[in-house]
Amino acid sequence: MKQTKKTFGILVVLALVLVFFDLPQAPSIDTTLFGVHIKKDFTTRLGLDLAGGTQLTLEADMETIPSGDRKDSLESAKQVIERRVNFFGVSEPVIQSAMSGENYRIIVELPGVTNTDEAIALVGQTAQLDFREYTNDPLATDSGFIIPTLENTSAVGITGRDLKKSLLQFNSQTGEPEVGIQFTPEGTKKFGDVTKRLINKPLAIFLDNVLVTAPRVSSEITDGQAVITGSFTVDSAKQLSIQLNAGALPVPVKIVEKRTIGATLGADSVTKSIRAGVIGLGLVAAFMIVQYGWLGLLADIALFMYGLITLFLYRFIPVTLTLPGIAGFILSIGMAVDSNILIFSRYREELRRGKPWKIAMELGFGKAWESIRDANFTTIITSIILFNPGNWSFLPTSGLVRGFAATLFLGVVTSLFTGIVVTRTLIRMFYRGPKV
Amino acid sequence: MIRFMKYIWVYILLSSLVLVPGIYSLISHGVKPSIDFTGGSVLEIKMQVPVEESIIQSVIQDQKIPVLTTQKLDTSSYIFHMGQVSEEQIGKFIKALQVTTDKPIDILRNDTIGPILGSELLYKSMVAALFAVIAILLYVAYAFKDIKSGVSAVIALIHDVLVVFGSFSLFGYFFGVEVDTLFMTAFLTTMSFSVHDTIVIFDRIREYRKRSPNAPLADVIDIALTETMGRSLINSFTIIFMLLALVLMGGETVRWFAVALLIGTITGTYSSPFVATPILLIWNRLEGKKKRR
Repeated sequence: MKQTKKTFGILVVLALVLVFFDLPQAPSIDTTLFGVHIKKDFTTRLGLDLAGGTQLTLEADMETIPSGDRKDSLESAKQVIERRVNFFGVSEPVIQSAMSGENYRIIVELPGVTNTDEAIALVGQTAQLDFREYTNDPLATDSGFIIPTLENTSAVGITGRDLKKSLLQFNSQTGEPEVGIQFTPEGTKKFGDVTKRLINKPLAIFLDNVLVTAPRVSSEITDGQAVITGSFTVDSAKQLSIQLNAGALPVPVKIVEKRTIGATLGADSVTKSIRAGVIGLGLVAAFMIVQYGWLGLLADIALFMYGLITLFLYRFIPVTLTLPGIAGFILSIGMAVDSNILIFSRYREELRRGKPWKIAMELGFGKAWESIRDANFTTIITSIILFNPGNWSFLPTSGLVRGFAATLFLGVVTSLFTGIVVTRTLIRMFYRGPKV
Repeated sequence: MIRFMKYIWVYILLSSLVLVPGIYSLISHGVKPSIDFTGGSVLEIKMQVPVEESIIQSVIQDQKIPVLTTQKLDTSSYIFHMGQVSEEQIGKFIKALQVTTDKPIDILRNDTIGPILGSELLYKSMVAALFAVIAILLYVAYAFKDIKSGVSAVIALIHDVLVVFGSFSLFGYFFGVEVDTLFMTAFLTTMSFSVHDTIVIFDRIREYRKRSPNAPLADVIDIALTETMGRSLINSFTIIFMLLALVLMGGETVRWFAVALLIGTITGTYSSPFVATPILLIWNRLEGKKKRR
């Protein structure tokens, strides 16, 4: 009994601590404990399907890259996209690289972004800047103005790598948006040499092999400052400057998947799922009391503890909650009471055989354990396979499936603890046997 | 004690009643794959004022959008399923729709999926399913020191998977319900749930066989089933409560996912005593006959 009281005390303290961390307005820890700095936010993370936003899957075209360098190219492409997204100012983006056989992919999650045209233009463009001159000066051949193309021009050796920074600015005369660029010291020298050589000749600027502008050089530029004009809108000029600042992608990418969920649909799903969960939970709790009386009530308290622990784990780990994740949680509530149902029905059998209730109860726990363990083990195996912890390319890597697997796994493991340890302690403390 | 094993023919009949139409439907028209598998685009919109479907259809005609199906949710909400369309085309389509109401349109969902990812998802789900089946088979065979138990549990599992797929084939045929990533998740969960119950029953059979090794297997099974039936039903009820709440109140996005899980739960509960256990019994009888000869 002394041992039980101690366990009960620990459980009560645990419950109070958990209630604190599960409060709607999430607390955060920011202290130094024993010389270790601890900083953690306890907020529930919502997936894009609940919070609203866009998920893009980009596939890199690795044809021209030697197979040994492909992994590195993918990583640096990921970093470039990460910088672009950060410059653009999306809060809490998630950017992951994923390899699936010979496919090299980057998954970009942009919470709150529902304007997909903009998002795709931002991350999907290679943004390879290239300064070019005519191979045969049209003035020399006297054929008038010829539109510069990749064929009739050659690179002068200045690319996006020579830029120090770029920014959106407005033309002082026309007020049109334009992109101001500043070269690195080395780039400044190169640019000075080129402009000196090309005085009174056009210098064409290409972006991803498409002509942006081809101004005529009027004088040598030695301060490393230049502007790119063209028919920019404010948005497109801002986008280009972001891309130039973040650098060009080392490999061209194309969009293979795009998913956008509006914030209203996401919020609607959250409200409805929570309501369904609460009502289902109420039904289960009532059903347990009807079936098992006081024992059922004690099982319900253990179920409440189960809810506290899982919510805490979601916030602590943290688990990104998706719609299937919520379904997994709701399903696992149904499974959580299963251990108690197994134990209680064993206990009733032992009672029927004429055992005193205390002994029948301990026997019930003992005998039910084997089938509880075996039955839950298969669910744990399945959830591990679905979660794919090794990130193996032959198993599902979909975020939706993983969200479901994560909540199911946590649910089953937690239910083993609450269904057995918590219920047993509660029964030892409070249950006084069946009415005679 | 209820003599469950006297009525094996009833269980065969019941299973056939569900399985035959489902399998027939699966063979004749399969399931309806969503864009998760085929590639393509889905656009779900909500307008601020009601708009007639005929107006929407004329916009689709004018803009030459390859819309495959238009689904009307209520007077102002629509879902469009499209083949391969470019991002610009979708943008133009949305703008043209905006013109008809002269008010901004709320875009609820806008998905585009390339065809490669779809086949990959199918392949990966199947690999995951195969892994799970092998792992479950090995675990059950190990836990019960008996390969027959493992195989019987897996046959019941295949029964349940066929029931789920069969019903979704019928749903697809009659209500246009599609099979998507969420469905694949539900199907994989059904597998684990199916075995969950089977193990509880097999565990009981094992216990009684140890206690009275000379009793006929049919009697042992009947005792085990009689004693576990209550708990199986109670447990399934709790899960069914949770899922019914989701089906009725969980909103459009999870409805069919919850239905798939619900069917999986029901058939999973049914198949443990009425598919896996009879198979175990019949198998043992056949073996007994062989030995006697």
